[in-house]
This record gives sequence, structure tokens and C-alpha cells, in this order.
Amino acid sequence: MSPQQKALLQKLGPFIALLIVSGGLAVMSPDFLTVGNLLNVMRQVSINALIAFGMTLVILLGGIDLSVGSILALSSVFTATLISSMGVDPVAATCIGVAAGAAMGAANGLIIAKGKVAPFIATLATMTILRGLSLQFTEGRPVTGINSDFFSMLGGGYVAGLVPVPVVGMLLMFAVFWFVLKKTVFGRHVYAVGGNEEASRLSGLSVDAVKIWVYTISGAMSAMAGVILTSRLNSAQPTAGAGYELDAIAAVVLGGTSLTGGRGWIFGTLVGALLIGVLSNGLNLLGVSSFYQLVVKGVVILLAVLVDRGGKK
Amino acid sequence: MQIRMHDIDKAFGPVRVLEGVEFRLGAGEIHALMGENGAGKSTLMKILCGVYQADAGGIEVDGQPVHIRNTRDAEALGIAIIHQELNLIPQLSVMENMFLGREPRRFGVIDTATMKNNCRDYLKLLGAEQIDPEIEAGMLSIGQQQMVEIAKALSLNAQVLIMDEPTAALTDREIELLFGIMSDLKNRGVGIVYVSHRMEEIFQICDKISVLRDGQFVGERNIPDTNFDEIVRMMVGREIGERFPGRTQAPGAVRFQVEQLADEGQISGISFEVRAGEVLGVAGLMGAGRSEILKTLFGINRKTNGSVSLEGIPLTISKPQQAIAAGIGFVTEDRKSQGLVLSMSVRENITLTNLHGYARAGMVNGGAESRAVGQQIERLKIRTRDAELDVKSLSGGNQQKVVFAKWLEIKPKVLLLDEPTRGVDVGGKAEIYHIINELAAQGVAIVMVSSELPEVLAMSDRILVMHQGRQAGIFDAKTATQESIMAAAAGGQS
Repeated sequence: MSPQQKALLQKLGPFIALLIVSGGLAVMSPDFLTVGNLLNVMRQVSINALIAFGMTLVILLGGIDLSVGSILALSSVFTATLISSMGVDPVAATCIGVAAGAAMGAANGLIIAKGKVAPFIATLATMTILRGLSLQFTEGRPVTGINSDFFSMLGGGYVAGLVPVPVVGMLLMFAVFWFVLKKTVFGRHVYAVGGNEEASRLSGLSVDAVKIWVYTISGAMSAMAGVILTSRLNSAQPTAGAGYELDAIAAVVLGGTSLTGGRGWIFGTLVGALLIGVLSNGLNLLGVSSFYQLVVKGVVILLAVLVDRGGKK
Repeated sequence: MQIRMHDIDKAFGPVRVLEGVEFRLGAGEIHALMGENGAGKSTLMKILCGVYQADAGGIEVDGQPVHIRNTRDAEALGIAIIHQELNLIPQLSVMENMFLGREPRRFGVIDTATMKNNCRDYLKLLGAEQIDPEIEAGMLSIGQQQMVEIAKALSLNAQVLIMDEPTAALTDREIELLFGIMSDLKNRGVGIVYVSHRMEEIFQICDKISVLRDGQFVGERNIPDTNFDEIVRMMVGREIGERFPGRTQAPGAVRFQVEQLADEGQISGISFEVRAGEVLGVAGLMGAGRSEILKTLFGINRKTNGSVSLEGIPLTISKPQQAIAAGIGFVTEDRKSQGLVLSMSVRENITLTNLHGYARAGMVNGGAESRAVGQQIERLKIRTRDAELDVKSLSGGNQQKVVFAKWLEIKPKVLLLDEPTRGVDVGGKAEIYHIINELAAQGVAIVMVSSELPEVLAMSDRILVMHQGRQAGIFDAKTATQESIMAAAAGGQS
């Protein structure tokens, strides 16, 4: 096997793992390999996948975004309040909500790029601040009474009567991210800054702008995930999204993106998110307790990283 | 202690790195090991000190065959290595580093007093008693850290010392000190293997030289019986032509003017002009402010005084982006940390400075980019199988050519070069000189900082000499000599 073939095989490792796990589940549970169940899995995955797409850019930069869950919660209660008690048009409210998420992400980016605060610390702080704000804003109670057909469609609707809207949204965003990373100047600059910030700056790249944009995108993606979650629950919870950052990071790492930055791809993240989703769906179908599911999930993440390491030596 | 390595073979996977290599080292001998990058010097030395195992062949110590299975075996035999990247732990103190893993103990507790005394004794042997055993190793200069490493080797009672490019990061004064210590060790019967690219140093300090090429042993010579040209022939296996190719065109009009340049305390009062097609060399001792001139001009360090103009137009530069926009490129001293993005391909590195030039509405035109990269690779003779390979798979010289290609992408009017041939082997150096000359021929104004005096003298039209942050004078390269430059750099009257 030539080094190139080996590298390709390694790159496709997560995808092969997904196929093996899916194959195994198909044999063990007759319910798994049905169109209905697969679309259902993808719908469940979509929330994590959207956050993980943004997280991929952040991790490619060599950063981390712990605040995604809190951004999701605050933008959700904000959007829901706009619709339910302020009578704002649902389409406009959704857009405003996503913009609010983007603004929160931009704040992260500014703190990290201009304030030169380590991403872990900066987003740990904003995670706490934004969670506090969403609890205060709602006085700890869920926001209900949304009553909008458009808004329910975003999480619960179907395209062509078959494919859930969130799945279409996820695949659309996947295509956008793939294009941005592969074909645009911005995408190349994300890789460059993540690979060597100093060399990038000395080559004339606007390093700060790249960072601020990336965290802004991560915030917007979290808000989008919030829209889907709120729509499906038909209410916005101020405590929503807690722990989502870890699932998103797990998807990115499972997909083979390096935590030190500069290397990775968005296809891996999609596969990583699907792998996590397929595992928990399959284990559900097999009647494994949710406690054991956590153990399995952790072991899979560990295995993925170990395999990745082994190949690099 | 005498070492003989014979018929050494070593392969990593399908790649044969060493084939039938011979190496002999006598007691009290300083033996240079030379070869181009990738010739197998480091691998051979790593076999000697137990990091790798040879696939075939043997090692004899004083005529007796020995098996060196790991570094502990090598240490027991008295063989120590000082790596190019120093291996001290910066957060630990000097003495903790020196006795790491074999701390003197009393009642199961580390005996700090003994450790400190022993540490002091070994440092004293090297004349480095000014180093405090209790200071954190990270606080020391690179040269001092090297002293600590050597002291550590002595504390292991090393009879054979392998030094891998020890002078690469040292100041001139530290190099002198190191050479003094090396002669001293030699007189005590320690054999030293000296791996370096710096030919002048080898002829100054070594007794013998062995040359490797493409994993094979080419030959051994006594230093007094050989010369620069023969060694280079042995290393590259062909004539590389003149060591410093000459330029024929005369410089054109004044292009770049700097007046009374100062930064936040490291340099001040720097004034010079560079003509189109001219190379202005910058010489001086380490720490004299040579690199700081370039960093200030490029907007990395803050300019506190002075004016800069390009083709008569005053420039305001407070960050690299503005320098690049004005047509100034900067080949930095440290290729790996400042020049290249090692996780990216050759292609991606070359177009890093000018990706917008191949893009429309933010979208990269892959075809145009690849064509431009192909031209650069051809023009600079970058040896890579494929522009898509990781840039880190290239040799030092070819990596440096990628850095040049990156700056050619902005069609520079002024090019700042900081140690452009550092870590580049002899063949690669000649090619870089050709590139510099070609750029000068095209009318680029070049400012070149270099620690290698022969390089500065041969490649420059004029030479600016720095002394303690100020300029000691500008010399015509035709009439200047190493002595006159050194005298000015040391602060003497010129």
C-alpha cells in the first residue's frame, strides 16, 4: 500500500466505521435499516451536526467553543419570545434569532482575537454568562405559545412528504461548509491560521478577522440548531443545549479533525455526527440502557482517536 | 575510547537510509560528519547512541564488539549526544535537568545539597560557573542551555560526545566559548563527533572529516590534507560550480530609502538606501539589531522614529499587511515557525500571500492557482514530486525555495532576507544564491541579513555593519574584508 493510499484509507476511517456499525445494526435489528428509521436518525443528528459544522471551523483554527449550548438557549428563548409575546412575524423572528446567535459568536471572536484571551477560557466565561442571561430573561421558565405553522415546519415538516426539513437543512449547510472550506479564500485562510498563525500574519492574512468570522459562524450555527430544537419541542427552554458542546466536539474529533488545528475536513464531521447518532439509535433499538449508551459512546471516541494515533506513527 | 562502526545498514520501511556505512572515531579527536540533508548523518548518530538499531553491521568499542540496544546502553558505554533541539525541560532548574532520572538521594528523598554541589562542579569544569544551578533552565540563553547539556554529558562520564549542529543558534561569543570547551575536552581524551553545515567552523576546529552521501560512506579525510572544494565534491557528488555565483548588471535607480529608523529601544539612527537590483548586506554580531531592522521595516516591531520611502513615496507601515501591499516581502529567519504553514501543501504555501489574485468574489480558481504554482516550481527549481505534497516533506533548501516563491507571488519591489541560507546544505545554498541574483537582475532591491561573513561579502554590493543597535558604517563589498567588517561589528574604528 502506498503512503497516499494509506492516508486516504485513514481519512476514510470514520466513514468505514460508520458503514460497519450500520451493517452490524442492520443484522441485529430488523427495524434499523428502514427508510423511516434512517431519516429519523438523521433528523436527530441534525442539531448536533449543525453545531459541529461551526465547531469544525473553530477547531481547524486551533480554538474551541464551549459556549455553543448557551448561545443555542439564549437565541432560542429570544426567538420564541419575539413570536409568542411580541407578535413579530415568525420568519423575521427566526432570522433575528440567528443573527443574535451570530452576534454572540462575534463577541467570542472579539474577546479571543482582540483581547487575546485563550479560546477555552473566553468561551467558558461566555458559556456561563449567556446561560445566566437566558435563565434571567425567562425567569427560569420555558417560553411557550409560539403557535406558528412556519415555525413548526422548521423542525417538524417534511420536504416532498418524506425528508424532514432539518435533514434538508443539515445537508444544505454541509454543502455550504464543504464549498467554503474547499473553494474559497476564507476557507484556505482558516486552514492557514490554524496551521501557523504567525506565518499567516507575516504573509499578510487578516488573522483577527478570520478568527472573529469563525466564531461568528459558530454562533449562527448554534442558533440555527436552537431553531430546530425549539420548533420540535414547540417551546424554548432556558436550560436547553447544556452539554451540546461536548457532542459537537466529539463529532469533529471522530471525523478526524486535529484538535491542534490546521488539519481536518467537514465530511469527517458529518460522518462523526452520524456515527454518534447511529450508535445511540441502534443501541436504543437493541434495548440497551441509556447509561450503557454513554459508556459505549465514550469508548468509541477513544477508539477513534487511538486508531488515528496508530496510523500517524 | 575508540569507536568503529562498520557495514551499517538501516531502512525505514521501504526507504534505505544507510547502506554499508563506515565510521571511525579515535580518542581525543574532533571528527566532523558531513553530508547534505537526508544523507543519513542523524540516523547514523542515532544508531550510535541507541535511539535506533542498525539492521546490519556492527559497532566496536576499543576493538570489542558491543550491542547498543537503547540509550541506557550507550550511556553506560560513555556515549552521549547533544541534540540540535535542546532537550532540557524549561520549567525545571538546571540541576534538576542535569540529574533527571538519577537524582542523588538520602533516606529516599532528593538530596538537594549534593545535587547542587555536583552540578556546580561540572559547570565549573566548563568554565560556566556563572550559571546558577537553581535557575529554571528556560531562563537561560540557548548557548547557556547548551553548556548545561554538555555538563550533563560530562556528569555521565561521557568519553564520546555527539554534537548535532551545536552552533546553529549560538552567538559568535558563545561559539568561541564552545570551541574552547571542545578543545579542552579533546585534550582530556574525549572523542567528539561534530555534525554541522558550516564549512568554516569545520576547518577551524576539526581533525578529521567523514562524508556521507545518499546513505553511503564516501570517504574520510584528515583536515590538513583536504580543502573546501574536495569536501563539497564528496558531499554532492558533482561540481556545484562557483560557490558564490557573480552578478553582472549594475544597480539602477534608488528604490528604497530608510532614514533615522528606530524601534522601541533595540535599534536607532539607521539610514540607508537600496537601488533597484542591488543587494545590501547587513552584518553584525548576534544581538546587534540586524533582524530588528527588517522586522521594523516590515511592521512587526513598532517604528518609533524615522521615515521609509519606496520609489520616492513615503510609506506608513504598522503591520505586515501594509508592507506587503507596498510590495515588500520578508523571508524570515525561522522557516518553520514564521515562514511556512507546515500542515499545508507546497501549492497552498506558495499562494498564501496572494490567494486573492487567483480568486473572484472570494472563490479560488483552482486551475489558475495550479498553473501559477507550476511556473514557480519550475522557475525556482523546487524539487518536489507534486505540488500537493506537504511542504514539510521537502528538504530545507527546497522549503526555503517555497518561501521565496511565496514572496515572488506578490511581485516584490523590495525583498528583506533574514539568514536566507540557514539550515540549507551546500548544494541548496548555491541555488538560493542564484535565485537572489536572478531577483536582483530583475530589479528587486534586496536587503540581506546574514551571520556568514563570506556569504555577505560575496553576495552584497554594499554592506551595512551593525554594532549595538546602531549602524557602524556602510562598506563597499568590493573593498571590504572579513577583518574590516568584524572590526566595525565589534565597535572598533573603521
